[in-house]
Amino acid sequence: MNFDDTPQEAAFRATARAWIAANAPKQYEDELRKSSLGRTQLRNADILDVAKAWQKKKADAGWACLHWPKDYGGRGASPIERVIWQQEEGVFGKLSAMFIIGHGMCGPTMMAFAREEHKRKFLPPLASGEKIWCQLFSEPAGGSDVAGLRTRAEKDGDDWVINGQKIWTSGAHYSDYGILLTRTDPNVPKHKGLTMFFLDMKSPGVEVRPIRQANGNSDFNEVYFTNVRIPDHQRLGEVNDGWNVSLTTLMNERMSIGAGVATGFPELFDYCASLMLDEGPAIEDRSVRSKLANYAVRASGLKYTSMRAISALSRGERPGPENSIGKLVAGSMIQEVAMYALDLQGAAGVVSGPEDAEVAGRFQAMLLRAPGTRVEGGTDEIMRNIIAERVLGLPGDIRVDKDVPFNKIPTKGRT
Amino acid sequence: MNFDFSDDQKQLRDQARKFLSEKCSPKAVRVVLDGKVPYDKELWKGLAEMGFLGVAIPEEFGGAGAGHLELCVIAEEMGRANAPVPFSSTVYLAAETLLIAGSDAQKTKWLPAIASGEAIGTLALFEGTGNPSPKNIKLAASNGLLNGVKKPVPDGAIADFAILAARTGSSGRDNDISLFLVDLKAGGVEARSLTNLDPTRVQAELTFKNCKAEPLGAAGEGWSILTQVLDRAAVLTAFEQVGGADRALEMGRDYALDRIAFGRPIGSFQAIKHMLADMYVAATLARSNSYYGAWALSTNASELPEAAAAARISATQAFQHCAKNNIQVHGGMGFTWEFDCHMYYRRANALALGLGSLSYWEDQLIDRMRKKNAA
Repeated sequence: MNFDDTPQEAAFRATARAWIAANAPKQYEDELRKSSLGRTQLRNADILDVAKAWQKKKADAGWACLHWPKDYGGRGASPIERVIWQQEEGVFGKLSAMFIIGHGMCGPTMMAFAREEHKRKFLPPLASGEKIWCQLFSEPAGGSDVAGLRTRAEKDGDDWVINGQKIWTSGAHYSDYGILLTRTDPNVPKHKGLTMFFLDMKSPGVEVRPIRQANGNSDFNEVYFTNVRIPDHQRLGEVNDGWNVSLTTLMNERMSIGAGVATGFPELFDYCASLMLDEGPAIEDRSVRSKLANYAVRASGLKYTSMRAISALSRGERPGPENSIGKLVAGSMIQEVAMYALDLQGAAGVVSGPEDAEVAGRFQAMLLRAPGTRVEGGTDEIMRNIIAERVLGLPGDIRVDKDVPFNKIPTKGRT
Repeated sequence: MNFDFSDDQKQLRDQARKFLSEKCSPKAVRVVLDGKVPYDKELWKGLAEMGFLGVAIPEEFGGAGAGHLELCVIAEEMGRANAPVPFSSTVYLAAETLLIAGSDAQKTKWLPAIASGEAIGTLALFEGTGNPSPKNIKLAASNGLLNGVKKPVPDGAIADFAILAARTGSSGRDNDISLFLVDLKAGGVEARSLTNLDPTRVQAELTFKNCKAEPLGAAGEGWSILTQVLDRAAVLTAFEQVGGADRALEMGRDYALDRIAFGRPIGSFQAIKHMLADMYVAATLARSNSYYGAWALSTNASELPEAAAAARISATQAFQHCAKNNIQVHGGMGFTWEFDCHMYYRRANALALGLGSLSYWEDQLIDRMRKKNAA
């Protein structure tokens, strides 16, 4: 048992480290380090511009999408090399946030289902960050129940005509392309009538409306489709086989390892180390220490669970199912951490403006953003279902709509 | 990076699991649970023959000379099987103290006897309520004679020797405490068995009256040695807890698959599925924290104090969580003597206290994290 790199891994790490030291945008390092959930922004620059510039620089030197084939803009690196890169990239990895969906979900789906000429055309600018992609799955009628979506695609000559509405689309407002899941046959059960496409987000009839979230920010959007035409050659997978295509996408969503999930614990520990309570330093207080210890072992448990997965990658094996706990644990923890940090502030905890609030309001911003982390990318409840069914082997839910034609499924609860 | 046990160590774990599933069935555990005997002598003999008791004891002292990682995988299986033997007191506490601070003569006398299963040892630390602390040690040693009472002492009534912490000074500092070794068969000690939460791991009160004792380690070094022993034992116990938590989770999962209510397996209800998913989460966090503890223990890393405390807390929480919710999944049957759920519930709660309580270790963890950050 050890944490040592193999000689090859060590050599790769040294090369990555040297390149990052020479090329990373260090003028933003401090601000990025201090940013946390709910507040990742730069004072004197648009983070989108900085992120795109960093991504392009990485791509030009062969450090973008490391695990992708070289032909598609990647490096053809091994999974463990990708992890080592992420470890070395450190806080600059926060600049990758707007590329995660494109690189982690859209790219792999394109690689698996797009025509070769499309892969060669679209994947390299996706890898280099010159083009940003979004994923258009969720709808008002289908969040956790994605297969309940209602956006229609109807064949018209060589094109498909799209009408409907998507929601919770991260980054649609700055995206150039998207992958889109539609209903092509409402007369069969819901999983059997779906088809996947990719499209230019500038296509006529696409309208993006930012959603104002509960925390006041707008990371997500509604996207409306009115007679949007998509050529058939932009279809991904067979007609009515979109559910299987989407499983590839979603599997990739949950495969990311090593990037380190945010728990809020390091921020809380730092805060408590300097905070004075009425009775003395917070860190000397028995009840504070008890809380901190409980958060500490959850954070370290996640860290070393991820180390176990990385070890499997290092041996060239597939990681076990234990990594599936990450999002579930971190999502609820960061919310608890934020609430506790405010509790320590007393009435002053209500003040959230960066100029007046404790530690520039980072815990207030965290609190207001946290409910979203427990919902996006699979709710806590869906994550528990996944663990129960795929890891523990418990029966799937009884699906009352499974064999019912989609257009016969009830759409209203109380009438 | 290879943050995992080696193939050989995994093989040893499989071997231990197979051995224990044959020799330590729930039925065998129940013989001790029902108070017919204080521990399973046959099993103890078998563990010695398998080389498990001396796995981390050097060959020169009659052990297998493997190491602590090997001991960790065996500990996990001992926890999974709920083994009713004085393993933790003899191997994690007594043998480890001897390895850290014993004289050559002491090691030569006792370590081979531990490895061969001839001697049961224990550590007598506590004196009534309270957590590990020099100020809680009142038992006095003067002129090589001990006077005072230790309780609870794990396996105190069946042990052949005890290592104990005694007061040899009154300065109010840690160096008031020294360690002694007492041959419990030599007289001067009265043992009284105590009814306890987990009858498969017996507890006793030991009363020392002008009892002869030999020093173990340097005078005044007792507390510093004990701190190291407790850290090692915390990691090893964490593996027992991880094994127990996994078994409790499996029992709950299996019952949820088999039990039908409202016309379907209860494991198809989300209330049950989510409870089991949360048990899996707790068990996984505990396992990962314990692996870190194992790494620190096996490499004698400076991170050991912090890693041991984190493993201790995480594994304690996980075993308690899994054991209590295993009963909940079983419903009324889980609350019967007949079902095995309560054996894990008992063990989980006893292990949670044996080396000092959860709140004690929480406090320790934050102390140690601060020290590391300051360094």
